[in-house]
Order: sequence, then structure tokens, then C-alpha cells
Amino acid sequence: MGLIYALIAAGLSLIFGLMDIVNFAHGEFLMTAMYLTFGLHVLLTLDPLALLPVVAALMFLLGVLVYRTAIRRAMQAKTSVWMAQIFVTFGLAIMMRGLAQLIFTPEYRSIRHHWLSERSVNLLGVYLSLPQLAAAGVCLLGFLGLYLLIARTDFGRALEATREDKEAVALVGINRDLIFALGWGIGGAVVGIAGVMLATFYYIYPGVGANFALVAFITVALGGFGSLGGALLGGVIIGLVEAVTAMLVEPSLKSIGIYAVYMLVVLLRPRGLFGYL
Amino acid sequence: MRLQGLPLGAAVLALVLAAPLGVRDPFFQNILILTALYTALSQAWNLLGGYCGQVSLGQALFFGIGAYTSTILFTRYGVSPLLGMMLGGLLAALVGLAVGWPCFRLRGHYFVIATIVVAETGYLLFLNWDWAGAATGILIPFKGESIVDFQFQTSKLPFYYGIVTIAAVLWLFSYWIARSKWGFYWRAVRGNPDAAESLGVRIFRYKMAAAAASAFFTGICGSFYAQYVSYIDPDSVLTFNQSVLISLPSVLGGIGTLWGPAVGAVVLIPMSELVRAYLGGTGQGTDLIIYGALIMAVATLKPEGLCGLIADLRKRGGRGARPAADEGA
Repeated sequence: MGLIYALIAAGLSLIFGLMDIVNFAHGEFLMTAMYLTFGLHVLLTLDPLALLPVVAALMFLLGVLVYRTAIRRAMQAKTSVWMAQIFVTFGLAIMMRGLAQLIFTPEYRSIRHHWLSERSVNLLGVYLSLPQLAAAGVCLLGFLGLYLLIARTDFGRALEATREDKEAVALVGINRDLIFALGWGIGGAVVGIAGVMLATFYYIYPGVGANFALVAFITVALGGFGSLGGALLGGVIIGLVEAVTAMLVEPSLKSIGIYAVYMLVVLLRPRGLFGYL
Repeated sequence: MRLQGLPLGAAVLALVLAAPLGVRDPFFQNILILTALYTALSQAWNLLGGYCGQVSLGQALFFGIGAYTSTILFTRYGVSPLLGMMLGGLLAALVGLAVGWPCFRLRGHYFVIATIVVAETGYLLFLNWDWAGAATGILIPFKGESIVDFQFQTSKLPFYYGIVTIAAVLWLFSYWIARSKWGFYWRAVRGNPDAAESLGVRIFRYKMAAAAASAFFTGICGSFYAQYVSYIDPDSVLTFNQSVLISLPSVLGGIGTLWGPAVGAVVLIPMSELVRAYLGGTGQGTDLIIYGALIMAVATLKPEGLCGLIADLRKRGGRGARPAADEGA
């Protein structure tokens, strides 16, 4: 679970680090990816794993679209850009949830009879269900890919440069607008991958994103906004904390452990573990 | 100039007080009450989020504390909800101070997320707290029409005038505070905390005061809501959605403006109620789509809110036809 949190958070962290924007519709991005997986799975009877690239590509487009239509405008606000962007992504979240209700109804859906499901492996005496293990593996790969993209390619360097100084990059011929759009696209694709994997073993309903979004915010904040390594570590910590709290107290209270860790960390270090913002 | 706004306030109040004469249908009276309730709630949010710039998305915690305090006192100990309301507000203010003390060290997104986290913790605790009804909630039994018990069955009007009183008091409070030394300090804290602090404004203290005032009024509204619907559970008063609903009228109407919350609530609440009633409501999500689209439209086209739009129009009307240069930017 921690690795999925980490990948969801990575998309959020990328966008935040790049342009100082917290996407409050991030959970709804995840929900959209899960419904896309479900819908395509039902329509085409394809395996969710085979749909991975398709969903990732569609989510990339969604990210670019959202940036082009809404975010870019909100960033041009003369006053209180900060509030404008909070509430534009907020409105987006509400709208996406409404759309999901309209199209898919609020019923709980799930992808049944997947070849991975209802199997588990015994790893060092701990039983792990196969879909979750596969999800963890894919998320780790996704994370690695994202890391390589940012650390090893020209695009990644342009991204870093844009993050460091938004004005100066224009002087050296980097198209800031394009970088932002691509950043949103990649953020969307990354959460898309997490959504596909989550859809193989988790219920899908219009409000599903909200649960994960809060955890993603906490994950990102825990690791420090804008730090990818922080997101990975934050995700793992949160997955572990959640599991431990669920053992200690009633399962319905398990999120309190996460909340407590968040408060503790940001109070001791108000920028998160690895944050520089 | 000093009393600018008061005549307008009096005129609006007269209109609001007379409104039930023309509206006799309980459905529309319910809309009136909810509109006044969210005007008050959002005005309270505006004290902290608008004037002082500390965006809280955890107001449901104070709303819930107010609702639970008066309800538990009334159902278990027979304390009048009018007294319970005050105690609920005070308790909410205390919690606001207790929450603010650690949280105001945080800035920006870290603060916003902290408010969500604290409120969600409260939600989970109430959900599992058997003494406070846990997930089943508390039903407030009807003990007969009475002002002391704040229960009325034959007419919704007492509730209406009750909430209008709360909203009017809060409006006057905001009016007064925005012109006082405190209002200027709050806006300084919002505009540039570092500069304010270097000029000797003790920002922490002013943030705490804003939090206490905001929580107090939110708690009072919570008690009112509990008496009005006579049933509360964590899902109706303590959720994140409730926190968002509280902040939205201000955002729509204009953050940090005196009339913003009222304007926003007048647009938002009737619209969502009507959409829900006529488009077949539950489950279809049409209301959410319209709601979300409206918020996005305001945030992208006019981040200053509807009040900013009205001010623009007035300016344009006053100085003759000015080219629409600042629109659509």
C-alpha cells in the first residue's frame, strides 16, 4: 500500500515542485484512472495490465488539458494566485466527481475474476495478496522511470531549471508553458499508473479519490513538497504507520496514526523531511 | 466614509426580515434558512481565511463541536440550547486556540493540510465515540414548542429569525473588526507576514484571535443547525465536505470582503437546493457538476469573487464606458 501511496504522491509532488501548485483534484485524477481502467476492461475485455499504457496516455492528455484550460488561467490572476489555484482545482474535483456519478452511478464497482486476484504468496511467513504485490512492483518501476526521466534526460533538466528559476529559463530558450503542460501531463500519467494498479483490487466509486488524496497530500508534505525521494520515503512510512496503527487500535481509527505522524513531522520540521520550499 | 456600508446593511436586513411574508412555502423557507446559515458560517470562515489569510479547510470541526455540545447538554442534562449554543461556541473557540497554537507555525499548503488533518481526526474520533452517539448520531427529542428549548414544529419562522439574528450580529462584528486596528493587523498578516512582523505586529497573537473568533461563531452556527434539523451524526456535521461548503460562499462572493459571504451564499445555496430538487438529486451528480463548474469559472475568470465583479461594474458605470481591458485577463 505504501508504494501505491508513494506513486500517487509522486504525481502531486511533481506538479507542486514545478510550479508551486497543489492539485486538489489529484484524488479525482486517480478516480478517473480507475474508472477508465474499469470501463475499458468491460468494453474491450482486455486485461487491466494491458490497459496500463492506454490509461497512462489518456491521463497524460487529461493533465495537459486541465493545465491548458483551467490552471494557466488561474495562474494569471492578478491578486491571490494562491487562493485562485486552490479553488480552481477544488472546483475541478467537485465537477469530476459529479461527472463520474452521472456516467457510472454512485454504485461500488470492482474488476472481478482477474487472473491475479484471490491468490496470495507466502513471503517469509507473511501472506501477501498477489494483486497488491504486483501493484507494488509496478509502482516501484513507475517510480524508477519517473526518477530516470527527471534525473537523466534533457527534459528532466529543463524541468529542474524551470523549477529553480521560472523567469531565467525563458532567456535560454526553454518554453515554460510547454514544460508546465508536460509536467501536468506526466503528473497525470503517473497517477494513472497508480490508478490502474489500484483498480485491480480496490473498489471503484466516485468518492474513492478523496480517501487517497488526503493521504497523498500528507505523503507529499511529509516528504517535503517538491522532493521525489521524499514522496517515496513518505509513502513507505505512511503505509507502515497505517498498518501498525490498524493492528494497535480499531481498524476504523487507523488513519489517525497517519494524521498524528504528519502533525509531529511538520511541527518538528515545517518543510517536511526533505523539503526545500 | 467611516460609516459607509451601514445604510446598505440596514436596507438588506429590512428586506431579509420581510422575506418570509412573501415566502410561505416550507421548501423555500428551508432555502432561506440554509442561505442565512451559510452566510453566517462563511462570514466566520472569512474572519480567519479572508481577512487574516489563514485558509482553513477544517471548519467542520468547530461546527461539529458546537452541534455536539448543545445537543449533548440538552438531551442528557436538559440544558437550554440557547445556553448550550454559547457554551458550544466557547468550547469551539477553545479548541480553535488549541489547534491554532501548533498549526499557526505552519505556512501555506502545510497549514491548509494541517487543518484538514485535524478536522478529519475529530471526525474519526466522534465516529468511534460511543458516549457521543458514535456513528448512529444523536436524535434530539421534541419537548414541545418553546423558545428556551429552541424547538418549534408548527412554523419554521422562529428558526429563520434566529439564524438571521446570528448572521446580523456576525456581520456587524465583521464590519466593526474590518475597520478596527485588528482588521488592519489581520490584513497585514495576510498581505505580507514577514513585513508585518518586522514592523512589530505580533502575528501569532493576531492569528490566534482570528481563529478563536472564527471558531466561536462557527460553533454557534453548529448548535443552531443541530436544533434546526434535530438530528446530528458525524457524517452530517463533521465531514470534509462540510468544511468545503463553509468556505465556498466566501470564495464565490469575494474573499476578505464584507459582503462576499452573503452574496456567495445567496447564489450558491438556492442554486444547489433547486438543482438538487428539480434535477432528481441523489446520485446523479448534476448538481455537483454545475457547482464545480461555477467555482472553476469564478476562480479562473474573476478570482476576486462576485463582489469584485460588482465593484468593476460600478466603476465602469461611474466613469462612463471604459474599455473592457481588465476583463478576461
